[in-house]
Amino acid sequence: MASVVSIDKLTKTYENGFQALKGIDLEIEEGEILALLGPNGAGKTTLISIICGLVNPSTGKVLVGGKDVVRDFRQTRSLIGLVPQELTTDMFETVWNTVNFSRGVYGKKPNPALVESVLKELSLWSKKDNMLRELSGGMKRRVMIAKALAHEPQILFLDEPTAGVDVNLRREMWQLVEKLRASGVTIILTTHYIEEAEEIADRVGVINGGKLLLIEKKAALMKKLGRKQLRLELSEPLTALPASLAVYNLTLADDGTALIHEYQGEEGQGAIASLLSTLAAENIHFRDLSTRQSSLEDIFVALVGEDA
Amino acid sequence: MNFEAIKSIYVFEMARLRRTLLQSVISPVITTSLYFIVFGTAIGSRIQTVEGVSYGSFITPGLIMLTLLTQCISNGSIGIYFPKFTGTIYEILSAPVAMTEIIIGYVGAAATKGLIIGVIILATASFFVDIRIAHPFMMVLFLVLTAITFSMFGFIIGIWAKNFEQLNIIPMLVVPPLTFLGGSFYSINMLPPFWQTVSHFNPVLYLVSGFRWSFYEIADVNPMISLGMVGLFLVICLSILGWIFKTGYRLRN
Repeated sequence: MASVVSIDKLTKTYENGFQALKGIDLEIEEGEILALLGPNGAGKTTLISIICGLVNPSTGKVLVGGKDVVRDFRQTRSLIGLVPQELTTDMFETVWNTVNFSRGVYGKKPNPALVESVLKELSLWSKKDNMLRELSGGMKRRVMIAKALAHEPQILFLDEPTAGVDVNLRREMWQLVEKLRASGVTIILTTHYIEEAEEIADRVGVINGGKLLLIEKKAALMKKLGRKQLRLELSEPLTALPASLAVYNLTLADDGTALIHEYQGEEGQGAIASLLSTLAAENIHFRDLSTRQSSLEDIFVALVGEDA
Repeated sequence: MNFEAIKSIYVFEMARLRRTLLQSVISPVITTSLYFIVFGTAIGSRIQTVEGVSYGSFITPGLIMLTLLTQCISNGSIGIYFPKFTGTIYEILSAPVAMTEIIIGYVGAAATKGLIIGVIILATASFFVDIRIAHPFMMVLFLVLTAITFSMFGFIIGIWAKNFEQLNIIPMLVVPPLTFLGGSFYSINMLPPFWQTVSHFNPVLYLVSGFRWSFYEIADVNPMISLGMVGLFLVICLSILGWIFKTGYRLRN
């Protein structure tokens, strides 16, 4: 697939000497949902800000739709919609005016029908004449999204879209993201809610300390780095593991009443059958069995932990 | 040129004027009326004429300038400072808008507001004193150039200011003394020679003098020099803005 955003050796050092980005290379494919994970201060927002033109890069290059974000800013920024992390709204404006203003600043001719459909999509239509300060936090968040969509962007950046958002709204946002992707919009979201990435992303990038630690298809990442665990609840407690079981990666837990087998990704799966037959041969019986797959969170914590 | 963006910013800014009509328009009118009552009528009635013009008429151009400067600086600075303060500026900075378009939108709106108030004060003044405009074209030119220049100056302050104190310090502490000492209420010919010389370093003198000349053809300095000085301030403000936008000073860093 074609890259819609192409980032080459990008660095950013702020005036106070803080180096927020230390050489990022990243290709974002057209039509994908990319989740950028990272702890606070990892450089996610700086990266987005540079792509969107809010911050000047120190060195390196960013192309959006094949155009340079600094030199050809008109073309690149027209393609992009940005929902920033913070709820920044012009308190005394009405929803209708602020969303139409956004469309205008992006150089698009007024289109009340389109703005109406965006507001309806986000359940904001009944609030269109309300001042922004009268809205709840969740409603304001929707307004931010409506503003970003008002000029029909091809690429949508959601910076921490669900921070401080209740479960319902989060679900609704995920649905909206799916819908947008179906219409061909490329979506880049940053988050530190890992379940969010796990739920909706196609690819996951992990950023920490201004570096992109990895970028991988979510499924491949889980396969590669995801750990699986088989837990057997034994009928009779064991005091020690028989020698015949030493070849398996096994540990005894809960005073010998449970056996835990750890394996990684797919390659470990073949071992389960032979483990179970060995257990039968040793006359070790179990009353229950469960498997558990490590979440993206575990992967993330392991990665970021390693780096720190 | 992204004309839609200029229009959007301009209309948005002008909408703020409508929302704050009382504060934006009524209060300068009341303040100016008080000046006319105190200086023009109460004290002015004891002063015969200044250079052949009744005192009330004499101070009118200076009063308009005083209000125009204050209003343009404050509108120009708040217009850009407020989005910076609330964070909504992200949208303008990430939009496909060139800096020139941002300036035209914000400065245009600030200057328009200043001009509207200037005209209202001129109208108010005509209730109190006789107004005669000898050079209407020059008067409009001075008014418009001054409004644009000082709205830009305000815009620069708005970008520079990091807090409300810095935002207010120049409009509150610098502009009134310069205006009062710049010959708004007297002709500098009334001053001792030393202070006359000092006054020539006050930029506001040139604005007031040139503007007054367009009314009554009396001036402390040659009106062409005044016009040149207004042009010079305009160029200085443009250069500073050019530098700000080239470097992203306090906006993109």
